Amino acid sequence: MQAENKAAESPVLLEAENISLSFGGVNALLSVGFKVEKGEIYSIIGPNGAGKSSMFNVISGLYRPQHGRILFKGRDITPLPPYKIAPLGIARSFQNVELFKGMTVIDNLLLGRHIHMKAGLLSGGLFFGKAQKEELHHRAVVEDIIDFLEIEHIRKKPVGMLSYGLQKRLELGRALALEPELLLLDEPMAGMNLEETEDMARFILDINQERDTTVLLIEHDMGVVMDISDKVTVLNFGQLLASGTPQEVQEDPAVISAYLGDEDSVFLAGRAG
Amino acid sequence: MSAHICGDYKTSYKEDMVLFQTKFSKFWITAFLIALCVVPIFLDNYTLYVCNMIGIAIIGALGLNILTGFTGQISLGHGAFLGIGAYASAYLVMDLGIPFFIALPCAGLITAMFGMVFGIPSLRLKGLYLAIATLAAQFIIEYLMVHMEGITNGVLGKMVDFPSFMGFSFDTDLKYFYLVATIAVLATMMAKNIVRTRSGRAFIAIRDQYISAEVMGVNLFKYKLMAFAFSSFLAGIAGSLWAHYVTIITPEHFTIGVSIQYLAMIIIGGMGHIIGSIFGAIFMVLLPELLRVMSGSLSGHFPMIVNLFAAIKEGIFGLIIIGFLVYEPDGMAHRWQMIKAYWKLWPFSY
Ligand SMILES: Nc1ncnc2c1ncn2[C@@H]1O[C@H](COP(=O)(O)OP(=O)(O)OP(=O)(O)O)[C@@H](O)[C@H]1O
Ligand SMILES: [Mg+2]
Repeated sequence: MQAENKAAESPVLLEAENISLSFGGVNALLSVGFKVEKGEIYSIIGPNGAGKSSMFNVISGLYRPQHGRILFKGRDITPLPPYKIAPLGIARSFQNVELFKGMTVIDNLLLGRHIHMKAGLLSGGLFFGKAQKEELHHRAVVEDIIDFLEIEHIRKKPVGMLSYGLQKRLELGRALALEPELLLLDEPMAGMNLEETEDMARFILDINQERDTTVLLIEHDMGVVMDISDKVTVLNFGQLLASGTPQEVQEDPAVISAYLGDEDSVFLAGRAG
Repeated sequence: MSAHICGDYKTSYKEDMVLFQTKFSKFWITAFLIALCVVPIFLDNYTLYVCNMIGIAIIGALGLNILTGFTGQISLGHGAFLGIGAYASAYLVMDLGIPFFIALPCAGLITAMFGMVFGIPSLRLKGLYLAIATLAAQFIIEYLMVHMEGITNGVLGKMVDFPSFMGFSFDTDLKYFYLVATIAVLATMMAKNIVRTRSGRAFIAIRDQYISAEVMGVNLFKYKLMAFAFSSFLAGIAGSLWAHYVTIITPEHFTIGVSIQYLAMIIIGGMGHIIGSIFGAIFMVLLPELLRVMSGSLSGHFPMIVNLFAAIKEGIFGLIIIGFLVYEPDGMAHRWQMIKAYWKLWPFSY
């Protein structure tokens, strides 16, 4: 009760508190903390191995951090298993597409509706009245997402046959089907050409604005990150380098020096100057 | 293929969800059901016996396919689960005097409970390790069947009556055919509906990408146990039908060999395809019968080498299975789909 009241007052949707995570001797994350406010597009950037994906895995319950807590709407979700975190309103995509290869596009999206459906084994097996109505209703919801992502032409295709770009888009759709309040996207533009990247950026903006969804984004494409983000956090070797608006982050000396020599630094410098 | 999809555009999602969509497929499925009712009248007892064995195998194979083909949880204990169903039903009917039509679903439920217990390791174990765990289940159950003589009568075997319903006894091959066919059709429809609704999608999701499934809100443990339960339920039904048909059961009928036979059915028929269970069951029941008939007639002509034919029969059986695995690794269901796509017929477009 108290948590709910607090959430209503405070605009903070997700808070990472002092997260430390290590694998054997490797520190993937070291006392990392940040706050994502409702309605934001919040980006996490950093070089390879910085711990970005690990942070997503901690949030979605796949990794258990040694220290720290994840608060979602004021509630500590750190000890929850992934399948209990999803219904709270957190959905994600994966860096390497992790779709259900043996299913069609529609079925992948329908699985995204799993938590909103009720039918059990028996009622599904009989496929009568209620179960049928339920399928019908969620099919309509999924068709909306198909329209939104402009993938009508592939709706019945098995996922294994799709191009990489379409698979990435479908993975976004599957996460969207869950109707999350917080959407975690792990490098949604990786490996895409310019047009696909622009499409993806447009989808993310639409999801954020029209579907009222807070977005936490990991992305290497600095152009996109700086364009669409409200806030940016920079990780480096598991540690937080800087947090702030895109402008602030680009001007941060620690960030500039960390990125020096990296191809992205040219871009950062260009923007900052 | 794409032309077909465009030409056959559904006007509503409801239409798109009907199991048999086109007029053509409705025609064929009706014809098939009518044939199922009429044709057996003209068959001899041996043919009916083979058909009944196929029907029972279909029910069992559907169960294993849900678990292994759809959910990706390998089981080497399916034969033992058939045994549990067989003995449970036999005990309920013969020792407790419960009517067959109550004992049948009870046998299914009892087997489902065993299936869930032996499915618990699946939360931690995958692939070969799970195979070994289910192998242990197979041996434990075999041991129980031999040693719980109060229920099973041990190695001596347990006598079982034909099923009867309010004085009507299913005591001929023809009568039994209608019983088995009805249940096989119901089981097929049920399985088909399950795999295209919420639970079935969760099963397939666990098979394809269990991490994504869990992140999307699927409780892996619950759904794995559910797959084990449903799979064993059907095994129990098949076991019960089998027991009341052959009328004497011993633990030897439910060995690891049977488990492997069922695995062969779904691999040859097509894992993850409902119709694959049917093809596989037909294939695995029919092939040895055909080989037996052939070697029988050959040894009639060459009585000196009867034993040799018996050996050759086993060899050919093995070779045909290997041939299938090599040339049709995706199973007969895959070939069936390609044929359907070729003819643009969609009798089972789901
Ligand atoms: N399951 C794991 N077991 C062992 N080490 C891991 C595991 N997951 C991540 N790590 C290590 O943690 C560190 C951070 O990895 P992470 O995947 O979070 O980086 P990242 O910022 O997402 O990098 P990239 O941009 O390449 O995706 C790396 O050193 C990685 O090797
Ligand atoms: Mg990563």
